[in-house]
Amino acid sequence: MGDYFALLKPRVMSLVVFTALVGLLVAPVGVHPFIGFLAILCIAVGAGASGALNMWWDADIDAVMKRTVKRPIPSGRVQPGEALAIGMALSGFSIVLLWLATNALAAGLLAFTIFFYAVVYSMWLKRSTPQNIVIGGAAGAFPPMIGWAVATGGVSVESVLMFMLTFMWTPPHFWALALFVKTDYGDAKVPMLTVTHGRDVTRKYIVAYTVLLVATAIALGFTSIGGPVYMAVAVVLNVQFMIGAWKVYKRTDADCDADNHLAERKLFKLSLWYLFLHFGALLFEATPIAKALPWL
Amino acid sequence: MALKVEHELHTRRLNRNVGVGLLLAGFIALVFGLTVVKVIELGDANKFEKFDHVARPQIIPQDEGN
Repeated sequence: MGDYFALLKPRVMSLVVFTALVGLLVAPVGVHPFIGFLAILCIAVGAGASGALNMWWDADIDAVMKRTVKRPIPSGRVQPGEALAIGMALSGFSIVLLWLATNALAAGLLAFTIFFYAVVYSMWLKRSTPQNIVIGGAAGAFPPMIGWAVATGGVSVESVLMFMLTFMWTPPHFWALALFVKTDYGDAKVPMLTVTHGRDVTRKYIVAYTVLLVATAIALGFTSIGGPVYMAVAVVLNVQFMIGAWKVYKRTDADCDADNHLAERKLFKLSLWYLFLHFGALLFEATPIAKALPWL
Repeated sequence: MALKVEHELHTRRLNRNVGVGLLLAGFIALVFGLTVVKVIELGDANKFEKFDHVARPQIIPQDEGN
């Protein structure tokens, strides 16, 4: 059973669960706790299903790269057909149950997310463009939007901005990692920006996406789900992130070799906290404690 | 010599069967829980009592009943 569970990419699932939960809880409409639990379960299972479909499709790539060679399919512990069957069955289960429990929009968004990750990203973009991580990042950005749709039955500027926050965060987060981790994507013939366009171009892209990320994060503070606590957290984190991205941009490969990619490592570490603290601050703004604060 | 030898294959099958059994039991619990919540959320019992396929003269409008 452990191998089947590994197909669902539990680490990715944890981010999905957290952001979807925030999307659900910050919405202005309350949801019955059992329905809320069921909705988050469906979103997590849907994310797991897309992970299984991704592993089924990418088994040839996974067998070539060191990081992924021990995954259940390339190591022979799970047959490709089993992964496909599990992915399809769990996709159907999660979409139908989410529809029955909540509404058609939430179920439709979950179906689109699974389709986007499994087909648009895994089957199409991943092997054809170095912008794969940018567009593929949309799949990871949908969960808070689904959580919001579960509660409200609709899409709003708040849910779109929560989507944009994760969407704009993915490129600088991933490319900061790509600058200091030596990957074997090249052996697997997967185009990565650092390889196809070089490290200097990657640094420029990091700054460009950071500017868009900062604008999105601050804009979110002016919506109904933002507030002074969120804004304070966002300002501190975004100033730090912008400085970090600028430092990375100004560096050369010689600088990186001299200090073993210190600035890139710092930016990557900050990016992990960045997303967690932004969504954490949004969650805090939805609690009675935030509403009881004296300055409100 | 033992009459029945437990093969390693049987242990693995047992693990998988127990896992599938637990998943099915969980699924039943989820659907049952969802049904209970959905019915409770309807609030007014009349909303769903009308459709229980039993003749109930009290829900027929007065002018039709006369």
